[in-house]
Amino acid sequence: MTDTRAGTTSITERIRPVKADAAAVAVHYLGDTPVFVLAEEALLFAGESSERRVAVHKGAILAAATDGKRIVTGGDDGAVVITDAQGEHQIVATDEKRRWIDHVALGPDGAVAWSAGKTAFVQTNKGDVRSFDAPSTPAGLAFAPKGLRLAIAHYNGVSLWFPNVQAAPEKLEWKGSHLGVTLSPDGRFLVTSMQEPMLHGWRIADGKHMRMSGYAARVRSWSWSADGGFLATSGSDQVILWPFQGKDGPMGKQPRLLAPSQARVVVVACHPKQPVLAAGYADGMVLLVRIDDGAEVLARRPGSAPVTALGWDAAGAMLAFGTEDGESGILRL
Amino acid sequence: MSDKPASGKIPVTVLTGYLGAGKTTLLNRILSEPHGKKFAVIVNEFGEIGIDNDLIVNADEEVFEMNNGCICCTVRGDLVRIIDGLMRRKGKFDAIIVETTGLADPAPVAQTFFVDEAVGAKTKLDAVITVADAKWLKDRLKDAPEAKNQIAFADVILINKTDLVTEEELREIEARIRGINPYAKLHRTERAKIALEEVLGRNAFDLDRILDIEPEFLHRDDGHDHGHDHGHDHGDGHHHHHGGLKHYHDEDMQSVAIRTDKPLNPDKFFPWVQDLVANDGPSILRCKGILAFKDDPERFVFQGVHMILDGDHQRAWAEGEKRDSRIVFIGRNLPEDKIREGFASCVA
Repeated sequence: MTDTRAGTTSITERIRPVKADAAAVAVHYLGDTPVFVLAEEALLFAGESSERRVAVHKGAILAAATDGKRIVTGGDDGAVVITDAQGEHQIVATDEKRRWIDHVALGPDGAVAWSAGKTAFVQTNKGDVRSFDAPSTPAGLAFAPKGLRLAIAHYNGVSLWFPNVQAAPEKLEWKGSHLGVTLSPDGRFLVTSMQEPMLHGWRIADGKHMRMSGYAARVRSWSWSADGGFLATSGSDQVILWPFQGKDGPMGKQPRLLAPSQARVVVVACHPKQPVLAAGYADGMVLLVRIDDGAEVLARRPGSAPVTALGWDAAGAMLAFGTEDGESGILRL
Repeated sequence: MSDKPASGKIPVTVLTGYLGAGKTTLLNRILSEPHGKKFAVIVNEFGEIGIDNDLIVNADEEVFEMNNGCICCTVRGDLVRIIDGLMRRKGKFDAIIVETTGLADPAPVAQTFFVDEAVGAKTKLDAVITVADAKWLKDRLKDAPEAKNQIAFADVILINKTDLVTEEELREIEARIRGINPYAKLHRTERAKIALEEVLGRNAFDLDRILDIEPEFLHRDDGHDHGHDHGHDHGDGHHHHHGGLKHYHDEDMQSVAIRTDKPLNPDKFFPWVQDLVANDGPSILRCKGILAFKDDPERFVFQGVHMILDGDHQRAWAEGEKRDSRIVFIGRNLPEDKIREGFASCVA
């Protein structure tokens, strides 16, 4: 198979280009509006009829997360900012030492989390702010799907912190530097990406370990399939999907390998409803891939700067992509 | 100072030196010179002296072991994170300077650029600059292993505060440094005053810049007069008190240099060197080599930090150029005989 994708169905003509003029670190949907989180200062609301830049940080935007109703961002200006669908934004917190806000997360009940230095913070939906000093600088934050519980990835493992409980956080230990964390939608599994090109996983109920390796590069993007059955990942020259359907997760199972290419997969985003994923490559290509049989549709041609962000709207009718050189776009399916 | 390299990667200069040697003085000097360059500066969180720069990031030196079964393979986790964040502001700075704490080991900093793909793709290590206190270095070499590491690891060493010692003491300290690291470029400075091109744009980790591997004090005509009164050829370096230059052999940190005019067999050399760094990597701080393989029209160059090796063909051997192979290891308690015998067995 070659990257010209000869014979592959193409829908590239449906792209509505968006001149972001800056790299996108993420793209999220607020209602029907795709919102590009730019590498510096602003969010770009790319509505059908008008585009609007909303300045939210005085510097680089280091992290972003969404719950579909609002976007929380963390910047190198030490600010945590929440922006809603109208572009109204407010500062949730400013780090007193103006340290970088390295990571942010939004919880299922409206809670907001962020980290600066070695400390993770949670603002509950009642507005109380709690903090936890991690053993080393947090390198990833993720809320559990239910209850107020935050997973914090750091050196030698993950801390599971209940901000409303006085007890010390539960520790999931595994030697090495963990640089990102995600929980399965059913809350049964927790997976980290490591400094080495591999993933580590735990079954939360009993702490049973799982190792997922075989990558060419550090895994920097991942996405759970709509039914929660697969974790799709970047880091190789094909999309690697780990099966999480059974009670043992991917233990003893082979991953599914889809959409091979000469360029590396750098971003993945699963469709919110269908067993379909979008994969962004280092050469700028975007493919839509059916998880069941690997059938591909070419969404954006290769031959440009790497894809840096992919995002679906809630209905799964629109896919937005951002790139390193700011040549972004929106695809209506 | 050279412009950004053709690769488009941002050069990173690492400033090390024991507490009070003058790192921050050098940093402020670099920043305040009228060079028109913009720097992003990564400093240790607990630094005391103010630094005047737009883009300053506080780091707290988190050294993480890699999960690859190699105890000496460590990275600076904070640098992985900070460089990723800084690259969001691409175009806002031309170079990065990392100032380490006085107790820091330079190896994890250097290894980060080789181990972390994202860091290595966007930035490149330019050189490790070590600032040494002319008055106190001798004592620190006795009681602080960190200070010795910083000297052994350096590409460029500033012997600072020369106004506080005599010429005799200066020669003594230079000889001590040479006993540990004969390959670094040495400068005598007061208040860290030095021309910027001596510390920036050095390309010391660039394979293309491995031109020659000679003890630095053999170079007389390097275009700079630093007031050194030596420059004699010391042959194999075992003479003492030759032409006014003292030689010391540090009891636990030293260099091993080997040369041969016999062509090497790559099928013997690569397994040998890989095996050597796999076993003795923890004691080998740095290594470098220029190799002439049998029936190979091109020079092969390599360099390494502990267990990490990086090598490539560099260019064709020039007509009339002597096809010697030269390798050098700097490290702690190096198994010299084993290295010499092993290298000798790689001859084709």
